[in-house]
Amino acid sequence: MPIVSLLFPKSLLARRAGKLNSLIFVVVKKPTQTHRAIYIRSILAKTGMVCGVLMLKVFKAAGVNRAGRVLSEHGWNSVTALEPHETRPDVRYIRQLPAEQLLQKRKRLRRELSEGSLQELRIAVLGGVTTSEVVDLLEILLLASGFKATFFQSEYNRYYEDAVLEPEKIKDFRPDLVYVHTQCTNLRRFPSPGCSETEFHELLSSELARFQSIWNSIHAVAGCQVIQNNFEHPPFQILGNLDAVAYGGRTRFTNELNLEFAKAANRNHRLLLQDLNALSARIGHAQWFDWRRWYSYKILTTPEASLAIAESLAGMIGAMFGRAKKCLILDLDNTLWGGVIGDDGIDKIQIGKETPVAEAYTAFQTYCLSLRERGVLLAVCSKNDPEIARAGFTHPEMVLKLDHFSSFQANWKAKHENIETIARELNLGLESFVFVDDNPAERAIVAAQLPAVTVPDVGSDVSLFPGIVQAGHYFEAVNLSKEDLERAQSYATNAQRAGLEAKFADYGEYLDSLQMSAEIEAFRPIYLERITQLINKTNQFNLTGRRYTYTEVERIASNGNYIALYGKLTDTFGDNGLVSVIIGRIEGSLLHLDLWIMSCRVLKRDMELAMLDALMERAHGAGVERVMGYYGRTAKNAMVADHYRKLGFESCAEDEGSSTWNLATPSYLRKNQHIEVRTRVLHG
Amino acid sequence: MDSALIIRDLEPIFADILDQSDLRLTPESSASNVEGWDSLAHINLIVAIEKRYKIKFALGELQDLKNLGEMVTLIQRKTAP
Repeated sequence: MPIVSLLFPKSLLARRAGKLNSLIFVVVKKPTQTHRAIYIRSILAKTGMVCGVLMLKVFKAAGVNRAGRVLSEHGWNSVTALEPHETRPDVRYIRQLPAEQLLQKRKRLRRELSEGSLQELRIAVLGGVTTSEVVDLLEILLLASGFKATFFQSEYNRYYEDAVLEPEKIKDFRPDLVYVHTQCTNLRRFPSPGCSETEFHELLSSELARFQSIWNSIHAVAGCQVIQNNFEHPPFQILGNLDAVAYGGRTRFTNELNLEFAKAANRNHRLLLQDLNALSARIGHAQWFDWRRWYSYKILTTPEASLAIAESLAGMIGAMFGRAKKCLILDLDNTLWGGVIGDDGIDKIQIGKETPVAEAYTAFQTYCLSLRERGVLLAVCSKNDPEIARAGFTHPEMVLKLDHFSSFQANWKAKHENIETIARELNLGLESFVFVDDNPAERAIVAAQLPAVTVPDVGSDVSLFPGIVQAGHYFEAVNLSKEDLERAQSYATNAQRAGLEAKFADYGEYLDSLQMSAEIEAFRPIYLERITQLINKTNQFNLTGRRYTYTEVERIASNGNYIALYGKLTDTFGDNGLVSVIIGRIEGSLLHLDLWIMSCRVLKRDMELAMLDALMERAHGAGVERVMGYYGRTAKNAMVADHYRKLGFESCAEDEGSSTWNLATPSYLRKNQHIEVRTRVLHG
Repeated sequence: MDSALIIRDLEPIFADILDQSDLRLTPESSASNVEGWDSLAHINLIVAIEKRYKIKFALGELQDLKNLGEMVTLIQRKTAP
């Protein structure tokens, strides 16, 4: 059923008319309906057809009639008009957009999708990687399926701190759900290649205990469901194929840890596991990891992988809140079997094991049956003679039998009418249905007439149907009955006790456990480039917002009137690199702090205390009596408005947006207790 | 492609991502003078530009760009036959 655009010039229409013989056009009366029209066009276009969006405003009041006349003049003999119902973009339009389009149109989509009645949801996301992209995509997907989510996101890589050490923020946020999104880069320690079995299991339990303390703490403070993902396989097989075998193999370690996570989720009903390992395998590691983005923004995945993560999450969340689909509605001819039973007869339809095509239909029936066995209802919606359609199921090779179908609608009525009948029979809302049909025109009509029904773009190749239905995450299952929750409670209490062992008495003890060590020194030539870069990209922990060029930094480094320091920080997780810079300008007995910046990745590590200690020591040595601190508000540095007050500076002047502070050098007492500061030979 | 053309071509992408339908770009446009062009928007801009021109920016290629004009020059270089 070919389609052509009415917005094309008449000459083009005529040329196409020579090759085509029928048309679907989509009547769009309001701009807000274009999403649906574009969706219909896109699913039809995938079958090689060209579809137009007919804007009725183009044709004014006489639109449809005039369009019909124009078409008949050009030899069109069959015209179907669809009128899209929807006034907001919906889940089907959203679902067929690729990741980059979703990200590009995100703000507009969010605005349009936020209208109407939506279920409010509060989701805290604790990330070991930058989570903003997954959250942005998830927000849109949730809006499209009826949830308006408010998010809390931990600072980059502060998932453990926010969950265990300072859970007040999560508590205050009152989440309905906490998502702990950690990836292979967050595993604290992998076994060394020569690792023994004992060491391997010690590592395994210590890693597991760390995560258990996260889950337990969240359950204790927020009392809500936690979604934790398991881990993708490590990006490199250090030991080759042996990596999955030896105790020193990271792949083996990941596999066993994932198994432990699965066991934990199996015991604890308030812990849901997102199978990131399977997601990454489906996509493939080459399309999963994006190292440029990892080094640039600490996003480990490609946009496509981020979308896959968000889609899977949206499916789980939908299931948690009762939005999982309940019934799969199936067409018959060329969907459950090959051929048209009314034309070909029961002997000629393709089903069984005799031909490749027959085998593929049998496999799809087997897939449908396995869905039924786990509780998904099946129904038939087919344009067929009812007797002939039913007789099809007497074929000896049919995997599905008539009594597997909870509703059976075979007749000559429009499919959307039949689907409404099925909904009434089963007493289910239209949003509970997924409709699978090989015919794109039928899918388009159902999609347009019944926006609540999910119509995956399955194409016409039956061998792909199971994978496409699977990828939709329609039938996610989360068992959340009251009984389950009570059973979960007793497990949770036991687990909590065990988890306390992995928890620290106070924040200081935690900081000590990080075994931090810092190098704080005057600017050195090898670091000038990195210093300049950090100065120009740090926005949040930046007291003055001042920017410096490389040349200026170079000049300061060699100027005796400046005390300019850099700080590097190493901890048990590894080397954080050069993370902080202070530039102080000596003027008589005063030291003016023109710049103080720190990378947010080391927030709350007491690094600023270590920097201040080093600064005060040098200032005192240079004969400075008083250090002057300045805060100037920028669009992004509100987090350090109280920086100098917290460090014990006295306020000299404060007005809206800026403040001046001072601290006397001689009476200064060292503040840092948790970072070991290594010293080098001073110069300059 | 001519640099002025690329800038016109980028405008709707930036307009979408920054959600400003009447956004106008010039070679001097940069994160410091275009409202909303923060580090998160920047990530999305890069994804969109890479898809639009079917190019991949190598690690480090972007960090020294000062404004849109320099970005356009880089796009021209990477799309050159």
